[in-house]
Amino acid sequence: MSVLTEAPVDLTPSQSDDRTDSQLLEVSMGPQHPSTHGVFRMDVALDGERVVKLKPVFGYLHRNHEKIAETESYLGCMPYTDRLDYICSITNNWAYALAVEKLAGIQVPERAEYLRVITGELTRLQNHAGLVGFLMQDMGASGTPLMYAFREREKILDLFEALTGARMMCNYMRFGGCRVDAPAGWLQQAQKVIDAFPRFLDEFERLLVSNEILMARTQGVGVVSREQAVNAGISGPMARASGVNYDLRKVDKYGIYDRFSFRVPLGENGDVYDRYMLRVLEMRESVEILKQAMRDVPSGPIMDPNTKTRGFRPKAGEAYGRIEGPKGELGFYLISDGSSNPYRFRVRPPSLINLTLLEDMCLGQNVADIVIILGSVDIVLGEVDR
Amino acid sequence: MNLEEIKSEIEANVPGCSLEIIPNGSPSGQHSLLVDPDHAFAVAGFLRDAANLRLDYCSNVTGVDWPAKEVSTKVKTKKVVDGVEQEVDEVLKTQSGGYLEAVYHLFSVEQRQGPVVLRMRTEDRADRVHLPSLTPVWRSADYQEREIFDLFGIIFDGHPDLRRLLMWEGFEDHPMRRDYVDPDDYEYEPTAHDEVLKRAKEHLSAEGGL
Repeated sequence: MSVLTEAPVDLTPSQSDDRTDSQLLEVSMGPQHPSTHGVFRMDVALDGERVVKLKPVFGYLHRNHEKIAETESYLGCMPYTDRLDYICSITNNWAYALAVEKLAGIQVPERAEYLRVITGELTRLQNHAGLVGFLMQDMGASGTPLMYAFREREKILDLFEALTGARMMCNYMRFGGCRVDAPAGWLQQAQKVIDAFPRFLDEFERLLVSNEILMARTQGVGVVSREQAVNAGISGPMARASGVNYDLRKVDKYGIYDRFSFRVPLGENGDVYDRYMLRVLEMRESVEILKQAMRDVPSGPIMDPNTKTRGFRPKAGEAYGRIEGPKGELGFYLISDGSSNPYRFRVRPPSLINLTLLEDMCLGQNVADIVIILGSVDIVLGEVDR
Repeated sequence: MNLEEIKSEIEANVPGCSLEIIPNGSPSGQHSLLVDPDHAFAVAGFLRDAANLRLDYCSNVTGVDWPAKEVSTKVKTKKVVDGVEQEVDEVLKTQSGGYLEAVYHLFSVEQRQGPVVLRMRTEDRADRVHLPSLTPVWRSADYQEREIFDLFGIIFDGHPDLRRLLMWEGFEDHPMRRDYVDPDDYEYEPTAHDEVLKRAKEHLSAEGGL
């Protein structure tokens, strides 16, 4: 046991500008860093603990998805979209299916629209649950909150497995509908999971929302203003945390979202805390949508009979289709030249574009804050690097 | 506001710019506006700030490669066949110049309208591939223009930090070009067959025979 006999030495360099004996410390965070949620690197320059420069380095997971898609048929591109944001394969399928439907003018049957909303909102629930769990983990709350969140997420993944055969690579949607109908008893099982979900939210909120440490770590950290967010193309929960009232489920009303009543939560400060809270509130609204959709789901076909998915050749033209993915605006831009493969296949990745302001958010913050700022953006590298 | 109105609005406010509406054959009906690169920056600024448009949200920015291709056009010509003058269809084959294209999908968060699709074209695909960067107008174009520079090779003049985004520094080609050829990165395969055998033969013949 050692006893300090002298006053402890202040190891933090002085923040005054007249110093001459200090230099910047360059740190390469990543690519193998647990907080980057994948292979992603940030070249950070530090003055003591303060960030003075941050340059993200991308491309570790780049496989040129867009080039691969040019050599595939329209149907063959569908399973590839699972691998973009591998947490939310179903919403990726949906965005791509929507773009093809716009390109070729395809109508989707009622039941398929309901199944899309149900699976899409379940995807949002499990994405947000996973995100808040990971964010807690990034803050140092090791284990417990993440495991609570993953317990709920696993219930939803079980539902996906029962419906599509896969937990994460669902490959569920087709242009013109869905691949398979819900098996017997699936909707009842889903209803149970949805009914039980608010209990988890209550528990999670009681545990963490007004937690003092959480507030101290997140409030006022990584602030993005409303104007900045719009100009930098920030979308999804991150934009709404900055007060941008722009939810594509309300703006575009794609699918059948005009039939459900739900609210769009908005943040005021645009800091990490708002981004965290927004996810919690959005989960409650998703549960509301799910309850309404489960009540109204009709019977009927799940595929448009006039659409053939194999040998599909839309006529020449282009279309941009977008949905409100759990991470933001997920868009697909397709150009057809009349052949069976897309001439151009572009993914608008919300994860990548939401990182545009990463340096702005981190400047002047402590190095430990980089981790939670990045965590609050909600990125998946499969989509960032494509 | 439809695209015709937007076009005349821009023409009235940005003097000297030449615009063209590119029709879209698909049922999506998303026609686009081709802007000449010299005035694109002014047009972009106008679209963002005009009170009745307010296209403040540039969602998607991407590149498209249109290589040169043979275009056959039917022309009616008069010919004397067996002493009688006849009108004969003749197929003229011309080489269309290839170009690279940058496409911007604009929306308005404030007025909830869009998309307005803006296009710019380079003069060719080889050395005159400069386009003005619209990143100073919409910051969301930052990474996306870098990605186009990386994968298509369009050079955006005025971009604050034009570096490769996804490929590594020192990589030379632009993989999203239609005529991109994969590098010969063949690795020895003991039981090569089909595609792999073909590549093995190509690789070994390039090295000086099997």
